Amino acid sequence: MRRYLGRQLVQLVVVIVGISILAFSILHVIGDPVVLMVPETAPKEEHERIRKVLGLDQPVWVQYWKFASRAVRGDFGKSWYGDVPAFGLVLERMPPTIYLTLAGLGVAMLIALPLGTLAALRRHSIVDNLCTTVAVAGQAMPIFWLGIMLIIVFAVRLRLLPASGYGTWQHFLMPAFTLGAFLAPITMRLVRSGLIEVMNMEYIKTARAKGVGERLVVLKHAFRNACIPVITVLGLQFGQLLGGAIVTETVFAWPGVATLTVESIRNQDFPVVQCAVVLLALIIVAVNFLVDMIVGLIDPRIRVGA
Amino acid sequence: MATTAQGERVRPVAVTSEPDPSQVPLRRLWRVKWGVAAAVILLLIVASAIFAPLVAPADPLAVNIRHRLAPPVWMDGTAAHLLGTDQIGRDLLSRIIWGGRISLLVGVAAVLVSTTIGVLLGLAAGYCGGRTDWTIMTIVNVVLTFPFVLLALSVIAVLGPSLVNMIIVLGVAGWPIYCRVIRAETLAMREREFVVAGRALGMSHARIVFRQIFPNVLSPMVVIATLQVAQVIILESFLSFLGLGVQPPTPAWGNMLGEGRVYMLNSWWIAAFPGAAIFVTTLVINLVGNALRDWLDPHMKL
Repeated sequence: MRRYLGRQLVQLVVVIVGISILAFSILHVIGDPVVLMVPETAPKEEHERIRKVLGLDQPVWVQYWKFASRAVRGDFGKSWYGDVPAFGLVLERMPPTIYLTLAGLGVAMLIALPLGTLAALRRHSIVDNLCTTVAVAGQAMPIFWLGIMLIIVFAVRLRLLPASGYGTWQHFLMPAFTLGAFLAPITMRLVRSGLIEVMNMEYIKTARAKGVGERLVVLKHAFRNACIPVITVLGLQFGQLLGGAIVTETVFAWPGVATLTVESIRNQDFPVVQCAVVLLALIIVAVNFLVDMIVGLIDPRIRVGA
Repeated sequence: MATTAQGERVRPVAVTSEPDPSQVPLRRLWRVKWGVAAAVILLLIVASAIFAPLVAPADPLAVNIRHRLAPPVWMDGTAAHLLGTDQIGRDLLSRIIWGGRISLLVGVAAVLVSTTIGVLLGLAAGYCGGRTDWTIMTIVNVVLTFPFVLLALSVIAVLGPSLVNMIIVLGVAGWPIYCRVIRAETLAMREREFVVAGRALGMSHARIVFRQIFPNVLSPMVVIATLQVAQVIILESFLSFLGLGVQPPTPAWGNMLGEGRVYMLNSWWIAAFPGAAIFVTTLVINLVGNALRDWLDPHMKL
């Protein structure tokens, strides 16, 4: 376990450094911050002066080092709009995003676990075919469109739910369902294939031979082991889940990090964009790391094999 | 005796792990049949996009303020505008037909970019191994950690929204998926007899990679590329929906949906139909991709 942990930690550090380089290059390599900040009509001397003030006349690696050493201390510079630190601005918007992500994950589980299990136990039945159809359709669904359709039906026509905003549990229903619908198809497929694989194992036969009831065999013996691939892939998909949360937030005007990021991109407020990108990526990396650890603990084959 | 005993031992496993053997070809045919049906619909969509000037009933940019927000024909609309009109009276059906051009163009072009990058790097990582492999796979892990959406958003923020930028961003962001699969295939291929024989015969590395290994990774490449077109179309329309992609007045499904959102209180059709177009297109592309996978190699794990 210790060697496994060490290897994963090395990889973690490499990925974090990679992400910081990516976030740094978004602003400094692809674009020129001075051109973005100073009006085109300004004289050349003004460009040079600001370049010096921002330290942009120094070699790229010196600039990267400055960026990285500040970022480690949570200093991403001040927002170019409001004169406030970007870090605080992003941190403030983090909780709604996390709540939305968790709610979406919950909805996806509520849909995927029972349907996936039923589909696995009754293969090629109506339920199974229905699940396949739903999964194929779900994967093709642009969720921002799904969100808008939900708003049109439940908020505009039926007037049952608020169209956007944040606060009460009613505000959670449509965004959580939208995000859940994004994640449910792949989860359902994983549960189904995982369970089918496990149900063919010898120990299931042993359990049945011992006279364990079918319900107990499925729920206790099979289900636990079928969960391993589900947890692994869901952990690896966490980045996509956050991506889905970004889409969902913009549709429902959810006051989370994604809405802030999109606003900042429109305003070309780059310190905030950089900070949001780095923090979101760090969360994803942390979740991936935790999932690797949990799976390594549950299943010794993985930590030895990898 | 031994064979029957073996047969008996194998049989129960076969029955539980596979469905009734007589059902397998039927089931595969059933799936491919859907794929063929989907392919026909996809061809229709592609054709209507290519021949948009001939197919579209009206000019997608022609403004007609007097007929603004006209409902679809089955809701007391006029036959002149089958799907109704938008906020400045442009014919919705014509705009959807023209919008298909943007989505399909971006989808195919971006996928070509990412396939090229991903396959080349995947072949390099799998064939060279060692430090090359480690470096390429580390980059793959970094890019895969990032949500695709976030990466595309932040690069567009700097480059500025335009059609070409979007193709570049979506193309460059999408390559790791190809790289991972192609690398795994190449690794498996590297030790096969025909590659070893080629090396013994004194073939150059380039020749082994491109003439011997590459043809063998074509099937997974085609399948991923097909499925990826659908993903890119969804992402492109999301960027356009946010106003960070194709700019109005050029009709694109995404920016029509974004404009229609403002009017959803009274005129739901402006947002509903472009979204339905995205959904149908990505659905048939996915069905075609799944059918291709079943047809090329049912055991392919993708």
